[in-house]
Amino acid sequence: MSRRISPVIPGFGLTLGYTLVYLSLLVLIPLGAMFVHAAQLSWDQIWNIVSAPRVVAALKLSFSTALCAAVLNGVIGTLLAWVLVRYTFPGRRLIDAMIDLPFALPTAVAGIALTALYAPAGLVGQFATALGFKIAYTPLGITLALTFVTLPFVVRTIQPVLADIPREVEEAAACLGAKPFQIFRHVLVPALLPAWLTGFALAFARGVGEYGSVIFIAGNMPMKTEILPLLIMVKLDQYDYHGATTIGVLMLVVSFILLLLINLLQRRIERP
Amino acid sequence: MTTTTLSASAAANAARRGSAAGRIALITGAWLTFALFLLLPLYVVLSEALKLGFGTFFTALVEPDAISALKLTLLAVGISVPLNLVFGVAAAWCVSKYEFRGKSILVTLIDLPFSVSPVIAGLIYVLLFGAQGFFGEWLQERDIQIIFALPGIVLATVFVTVPFVARELIPLMQEQGTQEEEAARLLGANGWQMFWHVTLPNIKWGLIYGVVLCAARAMGEFGAVSVVSGHIRGYTNTLPLHVEILYNEYNHVAAFSVASLLLALALVILLLKQWSEARLSRLKSAGDEE
Repeated sequence: MSRRISPVIPGFGLTLGYTLVYLSLLVLIPLGAMFVHAAQLSWDQIWNIVSAPRVVAALKLSFSTALCAAVLNGVIGTLLAWVLVRYTFPGRRLIDAMIDLPFALPTAVAGIALTALYAPAGLVGQFATALGFKIAYTPLGITLALTFVTLPFVVRTIQPVLADIPREVEEAAACLGAKPFQIFRHVLVPALLPAWLTGFALAFARGVGEYGSVIFIAGNMPMKTEILPLLIMVKLDQYDYHGATTIGVLMLVVSFILLLLINLLQRRIERP
Repeated sequence: MTTTTLSASAAANAARRGSAAGRIALITGAWLTFALFLLLPLYVVLSEALKLGFGTFFTALVEPDAISALKLTLLAVGISVPLNLVFGVAAAWCVSKYEFRGKSILVTLIDLPFSVSPVIAGLIYVLLFGAQGFFGEWLQERDIQIIFALPGIVLATVFVTVPFVARELIPLMQEQGTQEEEAARLLGANGWQMFWHVTLPNIKWGLIYGVVLCAARAMGEFGAVSVVSGHIRGYTNTLPLHVEILYNEYNHVAAFSVASLLLALALVILLLKQWSEARLSRLKSAGDEE
């Protein structure tokens, strides 16, 4: 290994060694064990597990609701970040501090609170009932729960970038005759896009794996409102370790491919 | 285009004036989003908890199962946070003070648990230490219980909170560089003296910030702990799991009462976070002025 050790600062071997041992024991070896377990299955067995209609339905549901929630957050998060950075108004500091609530609040608490809120007789749900549709116990409810738990990601990644864009840039564009939408499209979007994508990817990855906040509001009906993490749980309860492991590996592989694609997209944008 | 007839500054003023209406609309939008998405859930937790008055609210909190769940949660937080604190400092130290090949891979690996579903975090330990797992038989012969017991809960909690402290410290320590440590060494400080008297005071607020985030997640972790706990009431039930059990038993008032305790803890965490963040940014701006 070629390395440049700062000649006077001690602790390189100790800290790197400790970091590697700790990570290996707690994260890498256990995760590897899951792949080893799945590798013991034949391709036929694996295909039978992942092509089961119930698994396919859960896969579609998990990834589509996580995607919708990430997109929704992309809009709401940008709005919140914009308002918090650019304007001073009553309650700004309160909102800024409370944005992180979904990270601080245990997901189970978020889950039961949102269920109570969006259930057919709930505070918000009753309006949906009056209009003839349901929020809780449908994919819409799952999307809302995921939007709640991943709300801080986009806001917190965009905020510092937005604060660094000098207002003069927009004013210069306005002086040169750009309309507000043109300023948005040609000045702000290119500057914000990399950070936006990071927030989007974080929200999406978290949304796919999220469990606690979703299981209460989902209703958990097989084929309709059953998410992938719950399906792993169901398989485990039935002592179906092969099934649970295969779905786990599938979930990780699909997530990593999507995160890799987002990462590549980001690099292309940053270095045109 | 009208720009030919308008002077440049007039165009800028027009843009500002035009945005005044937009500004009010956007601020209103932000307030509505905030109220609808963040305040309403809080209100629901409290109103459901206090539906039958303060008596039933407190009964749910002092019930023996709730107390033992609280103790277990505090114990799991008390073990996993210090572990990840030491790891976070060590990881941030080697990443920020030295150059070596494979550093960016190491940083990616540190962040890895963030993109793994908590349910998978629980599953991998069941595959290793469960009755059917790789070490299952070996553990059974020695009568060691990891899954459905405290060690499993701690392992799952540690896994999901691995990155928090390291993530906060790495950018902070990279920014601070190595000059002060080098000076301390040249003045004759040994490794520990340098760390305690130079590095630690510099990273104190970032460290507190990371620990606060780590503790928040450890306290509320649900999916991972749910897989490994076995839900044995009074023994392996953490507070979030206790909320789930009460809720599924249609004991909604008790569920929301315990939930409001967790909510109160979450608000304390937000306050601590705000405070350490403020100290951190004050420190940074002081550094910039130097």
